[in-house]
Amino acid sequence: MNLTARMMIVLTVIAMLSGGILAGWDSLTKPKIEHHRLVALEAAIADVLPAHDHYETLESPDMTLYLAKPAEGDSLIGIAFQAVGSGFQGEVRIMVGAEPGFEHLTGIKVLEQIETPGLGTKIVEDPSNKSNPLWWPAQFQGVSTSPEIVVIKNAAPSSPNEVQGITGATISSKAVARIVNTDLERARQAFDGQEG
Amino acid sequence: MAKTVTLREDFLKGIWKENPVLASLLGLCPTLAVTNAAMNGLAMGLATTFVLVCSSLMVSSMRNIIPHQVRIASYIVVIATFVTVADRFLAAYLPDISKSLGPYIPLIVVNCLILGRQEAFSSKRNVGRALVDALGMGIGFILVLVTLGVIREILGAGTVFGATVLGDWFDPWMVMILPPGAFLTLGILIALANWYNDRRAAA
Repeated sequence: MNLTARMMIVLTVIAMLSGGILAGWDSLTKPKIEHHRLVALEAAIADVLPAHDHYETLESPDMTLYLAKPAEGDSLIGIAFQAVGSGFQGEVRIMVGAEPGFEHLTGIKVLEQIETPGLGTKIVEDPSNKSNPLWWPAQFQGVSTSPEIVVIKNAAPSSPNEVQGITGATISSKAVARIVNTDLERARQAFDGQEG
Repeated sequence: MAKTVTLREDFLKGIWKENPVLASLLGLCPTLAVTNAAMNGLAMGLATTFVLVCSSLMVSSMRNIIPHQVRIASYIVVIATFVTVADRFLAAYLPDISKSLGPYIPLIVVNCLILGRQEAFSSKRNVGRALVDALGMGIGFILVLVTLGVIREILGAGTVFGATVLGDWFDPWMVMILPPGAFLTLGILIALANWYNDRRAAA
């Protein structure tokens, strides 16, 4: 057998074996991975919205909205959506919960971020604040969204639409507010477009 | 040198004398990137060892079939297959670790340590010796990653494997869990290893 044929056959066989193994392994692990993704999504939705029985998914071309519903009736308890934008070092993905009408937030939870450890990561939790490590994201519970959420420095918030910035991580703090503001507007439009 | 090398020597050389990180300076990218916590170091070490052992077994058993001209391509396909298996496994069964290691698991495929062992060892030795070599190198890699992870986690967060070891009085050195801490710690470890080797050679 000449060399060219041998090279082709060996590489083809190796690639086919590899493809077979991966296809089999993927079908084994895919349900699990999908399950973890769903559990994480549901946990995040439960975190940012007030108590609700179940949620319905509202797909719009621009955005997916999660509508929290009570056990009975068709009233709307809250709306959750994912906001994405750039932080200090990279993409920040946030689950945002809002009241129906989008006038106030019910909570936020940062799902993914690569901010500076120990500074920017306080947008997720702050281990140096032992009694209340979640003090920063907790500020978004009940914050007013009109005209928009504002981060202030070195002072306690005085208006309902203000949250206090993180010392040493002003950019990360402001990025979160900016991302939430921007995508809140998109969510509002997506919701109005679908319901109206 | 090439007269008789025992299996024991094949195994032990990976742990100290030819340690992939301390002696050969291979696989430094994951070594520096993921050792901000002991658990991450351990998980990365285990994943890399899994890929190394499986790839070495495959490459060694196919060493007489693979034509010399396409050997690198063949090795990469074999390595990439096992990396994907490891990546999917972590995502399916250990989602937290998978999340904290992020893109560094898929990047095992370009870890020079693994390709280096195939080229330098497995492709020329029988399956048994390839296995022993891969295990030794893998354990050597795990030991260094865990050591780095433990040192950086203690100094950077006051914890080991997530358990608090230094009390409230300790103000964590944030730099240790940032990239500069990785370079500092690794540099000091390599210096200590060389110093020890020199002293033993002189004695």
